[in-house]
Order: sequence, then structure tokens, then C-alpha cells
Amino acid sequence: MSGFPLRRVRVAEVEQVAARIKRFRFVDIDNAPLSQFSGGSHISVVMHSGDRLMRNPYSLMGSPTDTSSYQISVLHCGADSRGGSKFMHENVAVGSELEISQPLNLFPPVRLAKKHVLVAGGIGITPFMSMMNELDALRSDFELHYGVRSLEDGAYCKYLQSRYGSRVNVYRQDQGQMIPLDAILGEQRLGTHMYVCGPKPMIDWALQTAELQGWPQENLHSEQFSAPPPGKPFVVKLAKSGREIAVKGHQSILEALEEHGVDASFLCRGGACGQCETGVIACDGYIDHNDHFLSEAERVGGKKIMICMSRIQTGSITLDL
Amino acid sequence: MALIFKDETFRDDFTYKNSPATIRRFPFPFIEDQYRYSVNIEPHTPGPKGSVYEFTFDIDEHYVSEMRDRAMVLQEDPGRCQALPHMMTAQWDMLELVMVSLARDYPDLFTLHRDGAHWHWINKPLNIDQKFTFGEVNSLPYEPMEYVGRQIQGDFSLQDQRDGQLWMDAGIITSQADWSLDFDVGMNFFEWHAPVPLAHEAGVFERALKFLLNMQIGQPVRRLNWTMTINPRLDTSPENYPKWGKDRTTVTPENVGEKVHLRVELQGLFRLPRSNAILFSIRGYLMSLEQIVTVPKWGRRLPRVLKSLPPELIEYKGLARYRQTAIDWLEKYDDGAPTSPGGGPD
Ligand SMILES: Cc1cc2nc3c(=O)[nH]c(=O)nc-3n(C[C@H](O)[C@H](O)[C@H](O)COP(=O)(O)OP(=O)(O)OC[C@H]3O[C@@H](n4cnc5c(N)ncnc54)[C@H](O)[C@@H]3O)c2cc1C
Ligand code: HEM
Ligand code: FES
Repeated sequence: MSGFPLRRVRVAEVEQVAARIKRFRFVDIDNAPLSQFSGGSHISVVMHSGDRLMRNPYSLMGSPTDTSSYQISVLHCGADSRGGSKFMHENVAVGSELEISQPLNLFPPVRLAKKHVLVAGGIGITPFMSMMNELDALRSDFELHYGVRSLEDGAYCKYLQSRYGSRVNVYRQDQGQMIPLDAILGEQRLGTHMYVCGPKPMIDWALQTAELQGWPQENLHSEQFSAPPPGKPFVVKLAKSGREIAVKGHQSILEALEEHGVDASFLCRGGACGQCETGVIACDGYIDHNDHFLSEAERVGGKKIMICMSRIQTGSITLDL
Repeated sequence: MALIFKDETFRDDFTYKNSPATIRRFPFPFIEDQYRYSVNIEPHTPGPKGSVYEFTFDIDEHYVSEMRDRAMVLQEDPGRCQALPHMMTAQWDMLELVMVSLARDYPDLFTLHRDGAHWHWINKPLNIDQKFTFGEVNSLPYEPMEYVGRQIQGDFSLQDQRDGQLWMDAGIITSQADWSLDFDVGMNFFEWHAPVPLAHEAGVFERALKFLLNMQIGQPVRRLNWTMTINPRLDTSPENYPKWGKDRTTVTPENVGEKVHLRVELQGLFRLPRSNAILFSIRGYLMSLEQIVTVPKWGRRLPRVLKSLPPELIEYKGLARYRQTAIDWLEKYDDGAPTSPGGGPD
């Protein structure tokens, strides 16, 4: 089982919601109802740019019970982008057609929680949009702490404040405001869960702050919008077929395999779901494990690699494929 | 498709029997002449017309009588249906999946009209006509899982997904093969599977859980499981053990063909959209050895399979007391000819 069945959608609306962020609304090409989903879910958007195929995950931010359309928000990653977010911003307009996957949730709110503390940084607000919608409908207790560079850079600040009132707290970096996480976490009652989504340093900081306060691991949740980091080119040898495939500097192993027509299993393409786990038969270089799935022991063991995210620095690697 | 519902019992006088057409569609679980545990999961895509895989949920001639038996079990022991409070969204997800599927697949038997949250459900075989508000528990006579659970063959459990685990936090279980919802409720995938021998060591459960955690909306899967039951009794729960445990000692060479039943569970697994929970359906099929051997391939294969079982499995499935008697009786139907691959009749 590799990949997922796709459905064709048409872009019904595009709106610039912040300096570098656009909101897109998709409807089914035949106006058929879309699946409902759970708060925190994302879809993969398939983009054909020239002869390149990109599949980027984007969080669903509309109402989970709205089956008429899906909405995502995309940050323009600028010069850093290999193309996906740039393509969305520059080539996708009302009427464009795209393919998307079914919703997948790797960041669900825990229904047993007494309370939910949501911590967002920048574009990391997106999964919380649907999550808050759901929590609000369930009358669950939650509060949002949302850090933005400025009001021009932060999406949906006004909308969220008018909809959820004092449960939403916005912190503006340009005014020197910081999320007072130590104090926020310090005053929570037992049974509260914390969720963080944003840049990696922010996620690390939030998790560390909570851990130092003695929060149990199972009450801490994070989602990182990772994309496969680039590196040097290298060669992958496939043990079963005997093939050798070159991975370019800007490609992930998974992308290189797909380009050469090798069928490999995947789901999230962000190093979180575990679906692309692949056995390592031999490796004469050092593996950069960029996923969030393998345990420390598994990394040290060197017998497994998540091919959607991880690569090697030098040499070659032989995979059980 | 004109189903004629039988009036029959699964207790006391045990009048349950399969009609000849039902025998042919029995999901015989053995695809070769031996059996061992494996991660036998396949996509739950529509199967051939008339087969038990044709539709999302299979309704057959035993429907009405099975629902009557379930009502009796729940009357005697309401603990067979339990849901923790955080599972309410999952309960509604399940109700929607069941009603939409049944109305689509069996339009002669079930109808569903939806106007926003105003739903109208008609179940002709059970004479039910219910208007209710989707999402409002008080508009139904029972909570949603119990409401539809009383109207669909098979047991159901609902698993919450959190901390990279599945938790059995709700279920309606009245026809199980010797496990208890009351005991398992609140447990995780490894905990409720703890009594199963051999499979943990073989890594079966680790791989199965990993697969289930990544299940996607609209892509259900299924698998078959089996055991044996004396008399066509649905309720072989630990709670009810005093009533059925002693049945195992009543098997003789004379009555084995009639008394011993192969019990096959067609298990379905569904990702539910709003709750992100997993629905597990356990649809049981019972057939006496007498009826099994009417299909020559099955008559040849079943004794071979029973001979191949490891002792741990014989113990776990509770077959020890009558397995040899069953093999001795079945071997009359095994002429030693090779069997074709797959479970279906030739
Ligand atoms: C579960 C999940 C949910 C997500 N939800 C959202 C969302 O709601 N909104 C959103 O905007 N994004 C979201 N993302 C991120 C999104 O999927 C993309 O990763 C993002 O849009 C960047 O894609 P890209 O193709 O433009 O850039 P990519 O090239 O794929 O990678 C982006 C990053 O890689 C680095 N990089 C790539 N190539 C080079 C190079 N040649 N040199 C140097 N650095 C390089 C840069 O740091 C760059 O920022 C999500 C990701 C995940 C895993
Ligand atoms: C969420 C879904 C599932 C639920 C709720 C579930 C539940 C159960 C329960 C309650 C038992 C009885 C244990 C006992 O003796 O007390 C059982 C047995 C078992 N389960 Fe599962 N199960 C699930 C999924 C799976 C899957 C995907 C597999 C695939 C490998 C599997 C394999 C088994 C096996 C092999 C047994 C032993 C059955 C026998 O030999 O009779 N289960 N399961
Ligand atoms: S595809 Fe999900 S971890 Fe690689």
C-alpha cells in the first residue's frame, strides 16, 4: 500500500490573509461532498510544476463538519522554497484544479483532557483553527497563545479574537511581547494538555518548558511543519531489485524513488506517521535522521530510516527495497 | 435480493440453521490446509454479488432473530454495552456510518432521510420508524451506539486514538467468543490482546497497531478470525460461562457433526471522520460441521487444519476437549485429494 487515493478539487477562493500567507478554498470538482474530518487534520496537496511532482501536507482550517469545501493557508517560503509554497502562491488561482488526499490526523486533541492549552507560532496557527472549532462545539475548555511577528504577518488574529474572545491571546514580536509560557503552564490544573505548532525552536522551547515543570509526556503534543531538508547528493542501492538510484541535493529519498518509478509506501511525508519506515541493510555514511518517529534507540541502531525526511551525509546506503 | 428472515433461537432449543444459499456464502477462513496467526488484513472493498463482502455491513437471513437475542442479553446484563463519556462524537460517527451504509446497500429494508440535523430512519424488518436530531442524544431512545447496535448484526467496539495507541473506550458486545467488554473497556491494543498466545512474540500485534494508527477515512480494512462453539450460541461471554462452559463436555462421536460449530468473525476496521476513532465490527457466522462438509473442499480441509494447530492455540481457543472427536468425524470427508488455494468453495 503506497500513497493514497486522490480526489480532484477546484480552487473556489483565494485570499491574501497576511503578508506572506494566502488562504485557499477547495471544492470537489463535481461538487460532491467532501469527508468530514477531526480537528488538527491535514491533507496532502499534489502539485504538478513543469515535470516536477510535489506533494505537500497542509492543515485543514475550516469547520470539520463542513463537507462543501476545505480550506488551507499557505505561507510563502520565499527563496528557501523548492517550489511547493511558491507554486501555490504564484500559479494557483480561482478555477485552478489540484489533487488532494483524504484528511489524516497526526495532531488530534485528546478527548480525555480537562483543558487544552494551544501554543502557536506564525503559520503554526493552522491546525488550531479546526481544533478550536471542534473544541468549541464540544464545549471543551481551551485557551490559545499565538505568537506573531506583527499584525501584518499574523493571520486570523482579529477573526480569532472576535470569535473566541478572551480565550485567544496574541503576542506581537514587533512590540517585544513574548508568550509567558512558564506562567501559563504553571497555573494549569491537573489533566490539562498542551499542544504546540510552530517553528522548530519554538516547539523545542515549549516542550522543554513543560518538561521542566514536570508535565507528563503524554500531556504534551506537537506538530512540526517539516519539509525534507536538502543536503549533498548520494546514492541509494535497492537490495531486492539491485537498482541504484541517485538522490539529488534537493530531493528526499522518497522523491528520488518516485521519480524513478519505484513504488514506496508513504502517508504524511513529514516524518511523523511512520508509514515510510524502511530497513537499512548497509550504510557507509552517517544517517541524518530528520523524522519525528524513530526512537533514540532505533536511530542509534542504524537499522531503520524514514525515507520521506532522512538522508545521508556522505557515501551510499543500501535499503531493504 | 429478497431476504426471508428466519424465526430461530440461539439458546435453549437452538433452532438456528443456515439455508443452503447461506452455506455457500459462508466466509470459510482457511485459505490453505494449515493455520497460523498472521497480519491478515485486506482492504474492505466490495466483493462479489451475494458474498458476505458485497456490502459494508452484511445483513442475512438471521438478522431479526439475532437482534432479538441481543435484546435479551442486554436486558439481563446492561453492562454488555458501555461507552466512556469522551466517546460521544465517535458514537455519532458510528451511527452515521451504519445508517448511511444500510440505507444505501439495502434500500428495500432501510431508509434514511436527512435534512440537515433532522434525520428520519425507517427499519422495516424490525418495524422501527424514528425521527431524531443528529447530535442530540435526548432525541433517541438510547445513546447512538446502542441505538444502531440493536439494529445491526455483529458486535462493535469503538477505539479512541491517543498517545500512539488505540483504547477500547466503548462497545456493544453480546455475541463474543469468550472475552469481556466490561473487563477490556479502557484498555489499550496490547493490553486487551494480552491473553492471545504466540502472536505477540511473532510481532503480529506491533505491526497491526502501526497499520491501524495510520488508517485513513474511507479506506476500511477487514480480516477473518475463527474459533469453535458448541451449539449455535451467540452469547459465549465469560459473564455467561456457567451456562455454556459445560457444553464442551457434551460432545460425542454421535452428535459432533450437529453440535460443533465453526464460528467465523468477519472483522471490519473503519477510521471515523469526526472523532478520529476506529470502529471495529465483529460480524459472526456460525455453521455446524454437518453443514460445512456439504462443501467437499471444506470437508477435506477442515480436519487437516485442526490437526495442524499448535497446542497453545488449541488451549487458547478452548478446543482441547472435543478437537480429536471433531477430527475423527471430519476425516470421513477427507479423501486426501489436494485442495485449491483460497477459502471459497470450488
Ligand atoms: C503535518 C504538516 C502540516 C503542514 N501544514 C502547513 C500549513 O497549514 N501551512 C503551511 O504553510 N505549511 C504547512 N506545512 C508545511 C508545508 O507542507 C511545506 O513544507 C511548506 O509549504 C514548504 O514547502 P515548499 O515546497 O515551498 O518548500 P520545501 O522546499 O519543500 O521545503 C521548505 C524548507 O526546506 C528548506 N530548503 C528546501 N530547499 C532548500 C535549498 N535548496 N536550499 C536551502 N534550503 C532549502 C527551507 O528551509 C525551506 O523552508 C505542513 C507540514 C506538515 C508536515
Ligand atoms: C481495534 C481493533 C481490534 C480490537 C478491538 C480487537 C479485539 C480483540 C479481542 C477483544 C480479542 C480477544 C482477546 C481475549 O482472548 O481476551 C482479540 C483477539 C485477537 N486479535 Fe484482535 N482486535 C483488534 C484488531 C486486531 C487486528 C488488526 C489483528 C491482526 C493481526 C488482531 C489479531 C487478533 C488475534 C490473532 C486474536 C486471537 C484470536 C483467536 O485466536 O481466537 N486483532 N482481539
Ligand atoms: S511518510 Fe510519514 S513518516 Fe514518512
